[in-house]
Amino acid sequence: MSLEPDSRRRAFIGVAAAATGVLAIAPGIHLIAAADARPAGEAASSKVRWGLLVDTTRCKSGCQECASACARENAIEPGSGRPSQNSQWLRKIELKDKSSGRELSLPMMCQHCAEPPCVDVCPTGASMRRADGIVLVDRHICIGCRYCMMACPYQARSFVHEPLHAQNPEVPRGQGCVEACTFCVQRVDKGQLPACVEACNSAGSGAMLFGDLKDPASDIAKRIATVASSQVRADLRCDPAVRYQGI
Amino acid sequence: MTIRLLGCVALLVALALPALAEVPKPVVSIANPGKCVAPVEEMRRSHMDMLKHQRDKTLREGERGAKASLNACIACHASKEGGSVLGSKENFCQGCHSYVAVTLDCFECHQPKAMKTAGAKP
Repeated sequence: MSLEPDSRRRAFIGVAAAATGVLAIAPGIHLIAAADARPAGEAASSKVRWGLLVDTTRCKSGCQECASACARENAIEPGSGRPSQNSQWLRKIELKDKSSGRELSLPMMCQHCAEPPCVDVCPTGASMRRADGIVLVDRHICIGCRYCMMACPYQARSFVHEPLHAQNPEVPRGQGCVEACTFCVQRVDKGQLPACVEACNSAGSGAMLFGDLKDPASDIAKRIATVASSQVRADLRCDPAVRYQGI
Repeated sequence: MTIRLLGCVALLVALALPALAEVPKPVVSIANPGKCVAPVEEMRRSHMDMLKHQRDKTLREGERGAKASLNACIACHASKEGGSVLGSKENFCQGCHSYVAVTLDCFECHQPKAMKTAGAKP
């Protein structure tokens, strides 16, 4: 089964839906979950849980499209001279099974856990989980203690060591706070896909599928229901919203 | 007693007057003057509360498109020259905040330039 035409078709439906403004055919039934912009003044709902499925069989080794799209969208730039301190919201990792020699490549980022350890350990309540499952840092009250960085089993969070000046106006970030992937919350709230997913689709890989895990009609829910996928370190029972296929 | 009190008041006034005269009122240049979300008096008194209330609503609850928005403030109030609300005492936010000596922390994280001029978008 080829997924390529399907992803093109999805992209077309997304564009068509955005153009016509017809997004929902009936309450609860959406043509495409990720193209559903929330109306102004409406809070994020727990009826939605945003999730991401990564098909590692389609993720190309050495391809950095997702990581560079993430850095572009969120204006993440290298600091001055200490690469280990650079912010990293999404990184590509290459894995090799030594016994079989099988190699695979996958993007690793905040897994947007249902039971996030970063939220449990935060002393100020800055680390928080939004109703729709997106785990965020409220920089207004983050004191930069970095407990969450130690608690995160996925090493998904970064600390900003240096003053920043070139932020995306829609993505405030600054020195002294911890930060991580936000599923591009500023885009998702507008009904757009996260930058990494969009870049992966335009690069033709189509290895990332974003959508509402709680909507049984969404592409991601259907795919998860039909193909084997797993959560990384599921044994920790954090219940990540990011799932991987083929690991 | 009364004379001493009057003397004190006179001294205070004498000390304060030149100081007041020496600090010029902030001169602000607004790129797009016009319709604000609330009357000037209300904005001067309550803008910080409006923004603080809204930041929690937006970030923690995910409400978008509300009346008070820092990006919407910047869109109109950024200066014509730099396209920013910071930079010099002629710039909107910095002008008043340095006049009243109130720290301006928003832009430690938020982009002070208007959306279209910021170079961050892909």
